[in-house]
Amino acid sequence: MGFLTYLINGLSLGSVYALIALGYTMVYGIAKMLNFAHGDVIMLGAYLVFMCMSSAGMPAVVSIVIAIACCTAIGIIIEKIAYKPLRRATNLAVLITAIGVSYFLQNMALMVFGSNPVSFTSVVSWPGLSLAGGQLKITGNAIVTIITCLIVMFGLMWFVKNTKPGQAMRAVSEDKDAATLMGINVNATISLTFAIGSGLAAIAGALLCSSYPSLNPYTGSMPGIKAFTAAVFGGIGSIPGALIGGLLLGIIEILAKAYISSQLADAIVFAVLIIVLLVKPTGILGKQIKEKV
Amino acid sequence: MLKVENLVVNYGVIQALKGISFEVNKGEVIALIGANGAGKTTTLQTISGMLQPTSGKVLLEGTDITKVPGHKIVSMGLAHVPEGRRVFGGLTVLENLKMGAYTRSSKAEIADSLDRIYESFPRLKERQNQLAGTLSGGEQQMLAMGRALMSKPSIVLMDEPSMGLSPIYVDEIFKIIEEISDAGTTVLLVEQNAKKALAIANRAYVLETGNIVLSGDADTLMNDDSIKKAYLGE
Repeated sequence: MGFLTYLINGLSLGSVYALIALGYTMVYGIAKMLNFAHGDVIMLGAYLVFMCMSSAGMPAVVSIVIAIACCTAIGIIIEKIAYKPLRRATNLAVLITAIGVSYFLQNMALMVFGSNPVSFTSVVSWPGLSLAGGQLKITGNAIVTIITCLIVMFGLMWFVKNTKPGQAMRAVSEDKDAATLMGINVNATISLTFAIGSGLAAIAGALLCSSYPSLNPYTGSMPGIKAFTAAVFGGIGSIPGALIGGLLLGIIEILAKAYISSQLADAIVFAVLIIVLLVKPTGILGKQIKEKV
Repeated sequence: MLKVENLVVNYGVIQALKGISFEVNKGEVIALIGANGAGKTTTLQTISGMLQPTSGKVLLEGTDITKVPGHKIVSMGLAHVPEGRRVFGGLTVLENLKMGAYTRSSKAEIADSLDRIYESFPRLKERQNQLAGTLSGGEQQMLAMGRALMSKPSIVLMDEPSMGLSPIYVDEIFKIIEEISDAGTTVLLVEQNAKKALAIANRAYVLETGNIVLSGDADTLMNDDSIKKAYLGE
């Protein structure tokens, strides 16, 4: 029963990683950039939910909707101000800018919310299930997190395959100039991608802090890095890859913590990543990127 | 139909186009020929809004489109088959063709266009569920042309459609261009294969290092001594 409990906890943590990884992977697929500020948008999302729920006393669902709306706007603004002027700049310039935006958001949060952690109230009030005569307990948080992740993931896959903006995203991720020649507004498509990724970050922030309730301005950075790892693990640029990478990463982390060593858990996670990349450099579901000659 | 006036394009300090003017009338096939680096691709990219000119004007059916962003020009009736084909390699043939109709909304009309394109390119129909990246060069060129036609353009710009293709495909591609023209679409064709281009064109312009140095009826140019020497290898 212990193993099953760990597995479910791993799936739950992995679902949060997967939601965050989606933001990394979509932005990478479409804008070909690593948005290292993504983890900090999660932190902002969590603070927004916290303010709405604990300070303003709003219901959880309303709080999350407000946080999604605000994070979506923040994502679009970050893209417009920081990344859009660098569309034709080198990758390194964009990467350094993204790191700068990440520090900017953390320090803004430090200024506004202070450095003391706040205690986040879970957005899920349901205590969960108790199975097998009380031996196997599954928390409401875990169930809601896993289900949300699956809904978002399949919703997004449907969106990309079946809607016009989704088609535009696929075309832009393949070839920006050719997409323009089809009549696709590349800038608007990139904005939309940032909007979706940042909106999902708000959901991820709320779910992450529901399971790990200590919230401070640095809350987003470690899960952000791990989710980025998950995206690479699953094959960056691939939506199902983000799901598989996120879930595997969460499970490996929790099982390593339970059976090997909680101090070594992160090292084990990254060791597995390195082995996967040695065997399959494009990640589990990654596509071979053809170099133009 | 399409009019280019005193177009100047700079890449940094390099002047790629030094003030060219030309005109394409409705129903014509116009060839733009010249050596590598003459400015042929730059001309097409500037017309379709991929590049911004330093000065000069591009008029489409009398409307000034010089400042119109690239993605808005397709729905004005101008399609561009880019150099190197640029098909979406990770998408299927069918998805590529549908992408060509991105700016159109009527599903019935899009299906109708698709049927027509499958009629002119039966090979694309056979391979409709195959990833575009797995097609041969000639098939990719057909796909790029079919994709451009899916926007139902009144004028198509084609950039080096015969480049890198085997002789059989080169003949087939030129035959298709003639068919496109016969169906009433105006064509502006950039080619290094001057002989083939002049054979199907009504008129032609010769570009040399950013200037138009010669223009006239394709038949006349074909028999011009300097053209024969420089471009036809005779």
